[in-house]
Amino acid sequence: MGKIMLEVKDLKTKYVTRFHEDVYAVDGVSFRIEEGKSLGVAGESGCGKSTLALSMMGYYFPPLHYISGDIIIDGKDISGLDPDTVRKTVLGTEIAYIPQAAMNALNPTQKIIRFVEDVIRAHDPKADRKEIRARAEARFAELGLPADVLDKHAVELSGGMKQRTVIAVSTILSPKVLIADEPSSALDVTSQKMVIKMLRELMEKGYIKSMLFITHELPLLYNVTDDIMVMYAGQIVEKGSAKEMVFDPIHPYSHGLMGSILVPEEGTRGTTLTAIPGTPPNLKKPPRGCRFAERCRYATDECRYHAVAEKPFGEGRSYRCILPVDKLREVYENE
Amino acid sequence: MKHTLRQVFHSSKFLVGFIIFLLILLTIWIYPFFNPGNPLEMIGVGTFARPGSYVSLYDALNTSTETLRLADADDKRLDKLLSDTDRISMLDWFDSAGVDVGDLDIEDTDTLLDLWFANYSSDLKPAGMTNAKRNYYKRLNNSLMQVRAADTLTITDVDEATGDPVTKGTVTKTDYVNIGQVANVKRLPLGTDNFGRDVLKELVSATGTSIIIGLIAGVVATLIGLTLGLLAGYVGGLADDIIMFITNIFTVIPSFVLLILISYSIGQEQRGASVVAIVIGFTSWTWTARSVRSQVISLRNRDHVNLSKLSGHSLVRIIATDILPYIASYVVMAFILQVSSGILSEAQLSLLGLGPKTTVTPTLGLMMNWAMLYSAHTNGSWWAYFPVILTITLISFSLNLMNTGLDQVFNPTLRD
Amino acid sequence: MSEARERRDYTDGPLCLSGRNVTKVFGLGEKKTVAVDHVDFDFHEGEFVSIVGESGSGKTTLSKMLLGLLNSSEGEIFFEGKPRDISTGRRKREYWKGIQAIFQDPFSSFNVFHKIDSVLLDCINMRGGRSLSREKKIELMTEACSFVNLKFAELTNKYPFELSGGQMQRLMIARIFLLKPRILLADEPTSMVDACSRATILDMLLDLRDETGMTIIFITHDIGLAYYISDTVYIMEHGRFVESGRADTVILNPKAAYTKRLISDVPKIHEEWDLSTVDLKAE
Repeated sequence: MGKIMLEVKDLKTKYVTRFHEDVYAVDGVSFRIEEGKSLGVAGESGCGKSTLALSMMGYYFPPLHYISGDIIIDGKDISGLDPDTVRKTVLGTEIAYIPQAAMNALNPTQKIIRFVEDVIRAHDPKADRKEIRARAEARFAELGLPADVLDKHAVELSGGMKQRTVIAVSTILSPKVLIADEPSSALDVTSQKMVIKMLRELMEKGYIKSMLFITHELPLLYNVTDDIMVMYAGQIVEKGSAKEMVFDPIHPYSHGLMGSILVPEEGTRGTTLTAIPGTPPNLKKPPRGCRFAERCRYATDECRYHAVAEKPFGEGRSYRCILPVDKLREVYENE
Repeated sequence: MKHTLRQVFHSSKFLVGFIIFLLILLTIWIYPFFNPGNPLEMIGVGTFARPGSYVSLYDALNTSTETLRLADADDKRLDKLLSDTDRISMLDWFDSAGVDVGDLDIEDTDTLLDLWFANYSSDLKPAGMTNAKRNYYKRLNNSLMQVRAADTLTITDVDEATGDPVTKGTVTKTDYVNIGQVANVKRLPLGTDNFGRDVLKELVSATGTSIIIGLIAGVVATLIGLTLGLLAGYVGGLADDIIMFITNIFTVIPSFVLLILISYSIGQEQRGASVVAIVIGFTSWTWTARSVRSQVISLRNRDHVNLSKLSGHSLVRIIATDILPYIASYVVMAFILQVSSGILSEAQLSLLGLGPKTTVTPTLGLMMNWAMLYSAHTNGSWWAYFPVILTITLISFSLNLMNTGLDQVFNPTLRD
Repeated sequence: MSEARERRDYTDGPLCLSGRNVTKVFGLGEKKTVAVDHVDFDFHEGEFVSIVGESGSGKTTLSKMLLGLLNSSEGEIFFEGKPRDISTGRRKREYWKGIQAIFQDPFSSFNVFHKIDSVLLDCINMRGGRSLSREKKIELMTEACSFVNLKFAELTNKYPFELSGGQMQRLMIARIFLLKPRILLADEPTSMVDACSRATILDMLLDLRDETGMTIIFITHDIGLAYYISDTVYIMEHGRFVESGRADTVILNPKAAYTKRLISDVPKIHEEWDLSTVDLKAE
């Protein structure tokens, strides 16, 4: 087993609405990522995957609030730190975050090199301009980005190029964990492939030690990450390796999700897509029992009244359902 | 709809503005019941009577009296009689007569008078004092003596046949009348203006007229702006180009200049309150038109409009059901601002003497105009203009507050 | 779950909508951009056609022209064999009885001030059902809602925005079910819907076609989705169709370089997603 780069223990965070209602968007999430590995988070919109990404930074601003739990990066717990310390000592060096719209966050009046300076000087205020440029040029060359990008403004770059530039700039300090929240969803497939290739190179060359990758596109997740966990209503319902999760999903929700994959491959046309009726529960008042019970075809009364804990099975996998693994496999087999 | 209204009234800013405006409206409605009559009636003959209660002296004399012995009555009387100028003049006299007053406090009426009566002599002719000044001191002395001495004033009438004075009655220092029993007492909380008109009554009536002017101006401006904006935005093409050309012309010419020119050319006689209101509305629609147009252009490409077209709905129906409701909140906000600026424009115009004709109804602007023409600001008659300014500010403030409140409800980005 | 759908071949039915040299040019002179560049197409009755293209390929402009919401700059569109005439408002309305649409964003497709019943009632009135009795209208609406797995009784007096994205798109399909047009143009109807609801919507569209024989033109950027659902695909790049044909042929044996690239760039499950072909300096 490799060194554990990121460990999250029972993390709970909430949103407070304008009407002072609590929305428990991340409710008891635990997982770990080893050095050199990547973990994918799948789930439909509103399941808490983006909130998880935000909560991971240990940097909370309203309406998001921290409740409890630990975020340990390379042995260092960052969950209790104040925002200022987080900004100075954690962001950029320990953890980097790329949201979906990252490319739109570039100030259009500044050249790209200024952002590199900002990132480096946040940690080393005395850094020399020439050194910064040399460092940026070297890193850009390694990642296949043309050096003249540094002297351009954001508006001069295409969408895919902007996104790759943002990733290169925000990982310039070689963070231990990269959190990428739908980094390629707004791009066309060709640019998407380039972004993914770049992320993979960052991993291979050791510029990032581990990655948490969030997307709703399952085929993409399957191809990018080593492991996948499926989130539903603020909780993790199943964890496992990418291959196991796609070809042998156990939890009824993961099973439904994987059954809706569409790829341009022979055989797709003949399949029947799995549909999950209904909508996710309201997280202001999460259900008492299993959160998926309302939409689950196999749910019994017991599911509705008893919360289910994550149960480990197989090789490092876990799931959150009262039915045994074999029973579920059998049910899916006979459908 | 119900939900939106609830949200609107949830906004504290809107609520405060709404309550202030409602109170103003209530005052306009209720006040005339207590003080009916023509607000332009000239009740006073002089100009600028101070605010306060006016008791008819004639009626007071004919009212039955009660005797009250009040210890400090004399002092108060003297206090009222001796103005600050008089006190300083007395000090000057002591100075020139060489009387040592020590560290006398001129507010201390008793000591001052004691010193005065002990030292004053009309025969004394201090060096350098003019005759006129000496006579002034004589008069002052006489009136002071009178207050000290006479306990009774005699009221006389003139016998018509002989021309001899006939005693009608006497008034003593201890005679008091109950103000409630005096037949004529007039309360003028804001005094009178230059024409001797009750300022408060005039102000209430003027506020009403000004709000109506604002409303008419707002309706006219919003209607023109909305119609042109909708047409330009939804129809587009040549119609858009023509309408925007006109709008741009109106935008670059300062609307106030236009307002002055139109008002001037209409002439004093034709300018009623509603004419002025319409003229104001006619010069201030451009911003509504521009912003409605831009909102409609973005709405025009929304899918629900496309879907409505595919459903075969007519242009009028699409505008009425698929466009208007979406911009309604915005139009209401623009309307509120138009009302507020309409009231201000009227005030500005009237101040320049280009407002509604002066003989029919008072407006806030006209009141300011009169106060200015009769130099209320230089002769210290604050009551003639200050309450007017305050009212304009309050109306404007309440309307703008309502607008800000609405803005926060409808623009989620502005919420705090 | 239901067994795999039997796929009937609709590709040689009578022509429903076709176009020759259809072109749309925006702007003039220097700022001229050709959004749709001389495209030809033949859509048959009952055919499920997908038009696949990336953003900026001109697929949305083409769809607006097909719907008659935009005029074409050049070329001709034929509706049921005859040149389409939408020169007057009346003729447009007549044409729109035969073609309807479902748009990408369900949240902007509904007028937020209209209740769900009025949306559906409007459809009945459009189909000439204005004089039907109240009971009959409710029956029709209930039928349409149950077709898309919604309970009409629970929807009355509700507003569309109280539903989830997936439910709203289903309501859109219910609307189409009531209108029964000859052609349905679906512009990315599932791109803003979750994967779980997507399957339901696609299934309903197929049901709709099978039941009423309507032609469905499906606009999408997702080539996997197009392959799954359609009989015929048209691949669009920079305003032109670079390849078209039966879904199996085009997707499994692409001829055009663009189609090949598009398919190789999409992440897959069974085949290796080859990242080595990516040239990072290409842009």
